[in-house]
Amino acid sequence: MKRSFLPFVPTLTLAVMIGPVIAGLYGTILPAFGHMPAIGVVGPHLDTFRALGDWPGLPRAITLSLTTGIGATLIALIIVALLTAGWSGTRPFRALERALSPLLSVPHAAAAFGLAFLIAPSGWVSRLTSPWLTGWDRPPDLLIVQDQMGLTMMAGLIVKEVPFLLLMTLSALGQTDATRARAVAQALGYSRTTGWLKTVFPRVYAQIRLPVYVVLAYAMSVVDVAIILGPNTPPPLSVQIVTWMSEPDLALRLQAAAAALLQLALVIAALIGWRIGETVVAALGKRWIAAGGRGRADVAISALLLGFGTVSALAVLLGLAVLGVWSIAGFWGFPDALPDSFTLKNWMRHGMNATDALAETALIACTVTLAAIILTIGCLEAEYRHGLTVSQRSIWLLYLPLLIPQTAFLPGLQIMLLSIGADIGRTPVMLAHLVFVLPYVFLSLADPFRAWDARTGTVAAALGASPDRVLWQVRLPMLLRPILTAAAVGLAVSVGQYLPTLLIGGGRVSTLTTEAVALASGGDRRAIGVYGLMQTGAALVPFALALLLPAFIWRNRQGLRHG
Amino acid sequence: MDKGLILDNVAISKGGAPLVALNHTIAPGEVLTVMGPSGVGKSTLLSYVTGTLALDFTARGRVILDGMDITNTPPHQRMVGILFQDDLLFPHLSVGQNLAFGLRPGGTRPERQTRIETALAEVDLAGFADRDPATLSGGQKARVALMRMLLSSPCALLLDEAFSRLDAALRAQVRQLVFDRARALSLPVLMVTHDADDAAAAGGEIITLGNGAVSSR
Repeated sequence: MKRSFLPFVPTLTLAVMIGPVIAGLYGTILPAFGHMPAIGVVGPHLDTFRALGDWPGLPRAITLSLTTGIGATLIALIIVALLTAGWSGTRPFRALERALSPLLSVPHAAAAFGLAFLIAPSGWVSRLTSPWLTGWDRPPDLLIVQDQMGLTMMAGLIVKEVPFLLLMTLSALGQTDATRARAVAQALGYSRTTGWLKTVFPRVYAQIRLPVYVVLAYAMSVVDVAIILGPNTPPPLSVQIVTWMSEPDLALRLQAAAAALLQLALVIAALIGWRIGETVVAALGKRWIAAGGRGRADVAISALLLGFGTVSALAVLLGLAVLGVWSIAGFWGFPDALPDSFTLKNWMRHGMNATDALAETALIACTVTLAAIILTIGCLEAEYRHGLTVSQRSIWLLYLPLLIPQTAFLPGLQIMLLSIGADIGRTPVMLAHLVFVLPYVFLSLADPFRAWDARTGTVAAALGASPDRVLWQVRLPMLLRPILTAAAVGLAVSVGQYLPTLLIGGGRVSTLTTEAVALASGGDRRAIGVYGLMQTGAALVPFALALLLPAFIWRNRQGLRHG
Repeated sequence: MDKGLILDNVAISKGGAPLVALNHTIAPGEVLTVMGPSGVGKSTLLSYVTGTLALDFTARGRVILDGMDITNTPPHQRMVGILFQDDLLFPHLSVGQNLAFGLRPGGTRPERQTRIETALAEVDLAGFADRDPATLSGGQKARVALMRMLLSSPCALLLDEAFSRLDAALRAQVRQLVFDRARALSLPVLMVTHDADDAAAAGGEIITLGNGAVSSR
């Protein structure tokens, strides 16, 4: 890291993070208005929007995008708020906290497959309760997975977003003096949950507002979970965009671009609506606080919420377990709880392909994460040395790639890359992954990096160590654990990316995630089990290493063992 | 060349409000004690001397060390040693590695090893080189921090409430050790403290800061 180069790192980082988003949006707008000289259409005109309006599935697709997105976000937020209100600091809550990291790192697609294998008519829940409870000796004819209302899809989003929002809430709690606020409220006669909601939640929400918006934008425009769990006649808008993008008829790309703009408008409208909702809830909340109620139904609510939290965590963990069972299942008839026999044949059959996909996944994830770590450390070190502080306002820039729906700018980015004749393939995929990996790596590393005691740097400098030597020999070794954690986060984010890999890779880059999602329509549960498990492993193993490596490297250094 | 540390018309302010103003020469082997309540800018004065003043402060004046103007010298080239109230031993390095980090480059490996062993022996810590700093007692850590700083051959010594974390008995002992060493090496010492015993033990001149005013006694 040359000193002369360091001051430019923040600008470079912003450019690689925001550049593709802006380019993608720009590349969406022109085709949406019928302007795409590369395929011989010249605009601007509104014909594409008219064609989009003529698609009979549009009202349903829009409704699904809104209901599943807003519903999943609202329910996840309520679960997290009430769960933390009733249980933070208790033993059951700590057990949930311990399950957080693994739950977070499970890719969305794997969690969705796991959920499908649990609650489908022929899923594990049905098998375990049949026939003694249900009387079924064959799977009932019910549409649970891919139901028309998108309820299962919402459930799939909720079980993955609860851990994310819970993590954000926990890190916000540290800055809100929550323990004492609750103690004061309880001393005034407020029960646990009510006291927390009235004194701590307003402060916590102010801190987790942006992550909540990220969840909302994500849930409204998710593709992989929607393909696996969502309805398909018609699908949610985001899935339809991807379908049009992969049609050989290039004219449909125009329609996809128009739909992408519509998707963006929907998300913006939902965010504005959510913001208005916040003020309404705040006004009602103030009245509720002023009324002085101490909370009567608290015990029942807390018990219910602990149940929800546990079910939500179990849905992911048991889902992974059933993926594992399917991956080694021989013949498995309904309603048997377990297969007749176990076999490694499934792994042998899919192992070769899956290993290729794993290598591709690892190559992309490692390169992207390394780049993200270098850029992040460069930014933070530039801030430390040159006072180039990222102001509170520019934190929005960090969240921008996460707030703009992927389906809104990735199609435009693909169209743009194609029209300038750029090769789509592995390198552009890496750049696209970097857009999403960078914010998470930065958010994960920034706090520990800034919390490092600057006096340590002063002492080292007073001992004659140059700024570079302080960075390499003192600061980075001391921050080994948070750096590895940030790397694990980055790897997990990259492993889980579906849409950037599919669209920017032009179908030629096959990762574990694209392969697994592609299996969704086929319904080969054994293959899905193999791919889902490998996908989870690819995301989970780095987290385990991030825990184990510092413990091993610093085994003789008590001062670094915790924290 | 004049030995010693000269604070030449130093004035530090924050957002236009004056904080510290000082014009003083500290001769080799002498201690200047700066006292005053917390928040008055004592530590800010030290960070100005080490070259790590935060960006929201502005400073006028010059710092001259052994005849050299170091006002604009990068922190790591100033040859100014500092001890804080926390030992700030690098937790990822052993005691010996901490000392080696301080020791100026040069010499063969065995020579450097010997210097480190000698330094440890001088403060009754012989054989501690391979220890994890986290396993040391408070007094032992303070002594390692002192020797680490001295091995970097500083030309001046700054003490930022350096003894305030130690309990009373240990405190007098470590304080005596630091002052003896500084005198033996003829180092000018600038100490900030809020503790009158520290000031008395230093035996030098005392300046009391407060509300931007400076008084000498």
